[in-house]
Amino acid sequence: MTPPNGVASEAVSPAVARARVRGTTSMRSEAWRRFRKHRLASVGAAILVVMVIAVVAGPFVYRVPIDEIDFKAKLKAPSWAHPLGTDDLGQDLLARMLYGGRISLAVGVVAMLIAITAGTMIGAIAGQLGGSVDHVLMRFTDLFLSLPQLPLLLLLAYLFRDALKKALGAEMGVFMLMVVVIGGLRWMPVARLVRAQFLSLREKEFVEAARGLGAAPLRQVIRHILPNAVGPVIVAATIDVAAAILAESSLSFLGLGFPPDIPTWGRILFDAKDNLDFAPHWAIFPGTAIFLTVLSINYIGDGLRDALDPRKVLS
Amino acid sequence: MSKYLLRRVLIMIPVLAGISLVLFTVLALAPGDPFEELATNPNVPPEVRANLRHQFGLDDPIPIRYARWFTSMLKGDWGFSFVSRINVGTLILQRLPTTLWVLGLAQFLGLLVALPVGIYAAMRPYSLFDQIATTFAFVGFSLPTFFTGILFILFFSIYLDWLPFIYRADISATGWRWYWENARQAAMPVAVLGLAQGASMTRFVRSAMLEVIRLDYINTARAKGLTEKVTILKHAVRNALIPVVTLVALQIPGIFTGAVITEQIFRVPGIGSLLITSILANDTPVIMAITFVFSCLVVLFNLVADLLYGWLDPRISFR
Repeated sequence: MTPPNGVASEAVSPAVARARVRGTTSMRSEAWRRFRKHRLASVGAAILVVMVIAVVAGPFVYRVPIDEIDFKAKLKAPSWAHPLGTDDLGQDLLARMLYGGRISLAVGVVAMLIAITAGTMIGAIAGQLGGSVDHVLMRFTDLFLSLPQLPLLLLLAYLFRDALKKALGAEMGVFMLMVVVIGGLRWMPVARLVRAQFLSLREKEFVEAARGLGAAPLRQVIRHILPNAVGPVIVAATIDVAAAILAESSLSFLGLGFPPDIPTWGRILFDAKDNLDFAPHWAIFPGTAIFLTVLSINYIGDGLRDALDPRKVLS
Repeated sequence: MSKYLLRRVLIMIPVLAGISLVLFTVLALAPGDPFEELATNPNVPPEVRANLRHQFGLDDPIPIRYARWFTSMLKGDWGFSFVSRINVGTLILQRLPTTLWVLGLAQFLGLLVALPVGIYAAMRPYSLFDQIATTFAFVGFSLPTFFTGILFILFFSIYLDWLPFIYRADISATGWRWYWENARQAAMPVAVLGLAQGASMTRFVRSAMLEVIRLDYINTARAKGLTEKVTILKHAVRNALIPVVTLVALQIPGIFTGAVITEQIFRVPGIGSLLITSILANDTPVIMAITFVFSCLVVLFNLVADLLYGWLDPRISFR
């Protein structure tokens, strides 16, 4: 942080002043304070927390089975018996949305983790080793960047779905396929980002100091470089969750994602789209859920960008 | 410049070869046999099937199949569709005009929204207009096209009953009526795609304008006594649009992705819906060809973006 002397002429915000009095300005608390100042990001975070609690705890509280077929109650608009209405088989939509939301959100998070892990590793190796390794890895990244995403996603989902279903069971098989394929096509921007960070950080004095003190390359990377490269990666990770949720919904919406017995939000929308004229609620609820989730995550990403960017003036 | 162009075009060849290799490997590794549809057809006796496989060279080792496929792809011979039994090239050419027409209009609509809104928002940053515009851009950018499509159908086709929600290629009317029917059926797909594009482009235009507008030469222009209109339109916008043009060119492959979804919702008979039906029908040659066409477009527009950037901004040197 800034040394205590020699900055007297700068305007110092109350929080920084308070922190200086206490003697500590933890990066984390500072970032948290800045994040809360971004009003829409805070609203987004609150909405997302509510959604996560709803899909995690909801099925325990709202104990209606997701596959109870009741033809007497088919395509019913929302009512007390069925708060979000029913579909063409009379299945309760709230129960299906709560259950499917778990999967939609889980796909987003796991696919993001895959993309971030792969991207960070490739970017770190390329940035740290440099030379021909860097060159080869970056050409590889470029190649992946010029692959057409959605057609390839569709193709992979289609080709490998049955084999994985057989090997791992319907739910787990399709889930693994979705996260690997979506994560496997989204690591490239992270790799580029991490590499750029490494190229600039590895020449900084503090890394040189660590090197001078005899830190092994691995320790330099893990203790000194990576923690400083983490800010932009967190922002990219947030946006990636939203993108992965959208990718899963698109695939399911096109009928090539999850099967009908695993009602993710995209899948419900796919089933609903041919009944728009008699049961608009069936499409509106899952669509709104996807939209709200993506919007909240994007706003959180925006807030994190403001909070984690060290070049931003403290205000 | 021409040397640079030549080098860039030459670089495209290994990139395309790499992409095609990835695609082919995926297909070769896939558990399902692309000729499964013949296997399940009871009218095809086993020996005929074996003969066919031999004739199409499907029993050869994968590298040989790849080499043969890639060379014939380059020669423009894309094989026959398993399902509709016509040349894949013909099939794609039949569908391509509709897609390009819808996409072109959508892109135009996007720019029509993004340019004025982005420029005006950047002229008065953090004003009420700017805040509303930024919020709308953010919302539009987070709205998935499949959901906007459904909302449009619900509102304009079902509630208001103004527009048809199925796109027909065979409209029987003639003359003005034909144009009118086409405009009506294209309105929703174009609006859905165009507004999604417009939302993200507005963000680009606004931030590019904000970068330029605070530069010294804008102050100079104002100090010379130029009107605000001339300062903005002649001095600021022309420079601000340089990065925007590149971003728009780089986004074009992404629009094709959006087109796959939009065409599916509105049943537009374009190349995207052809891809989905081919995937569902296990029509391997068509799937491969379309995916490869999409890849070529990605690579091509990357090149166009680079060249445009250099042409618009003489400070960039081609080496």
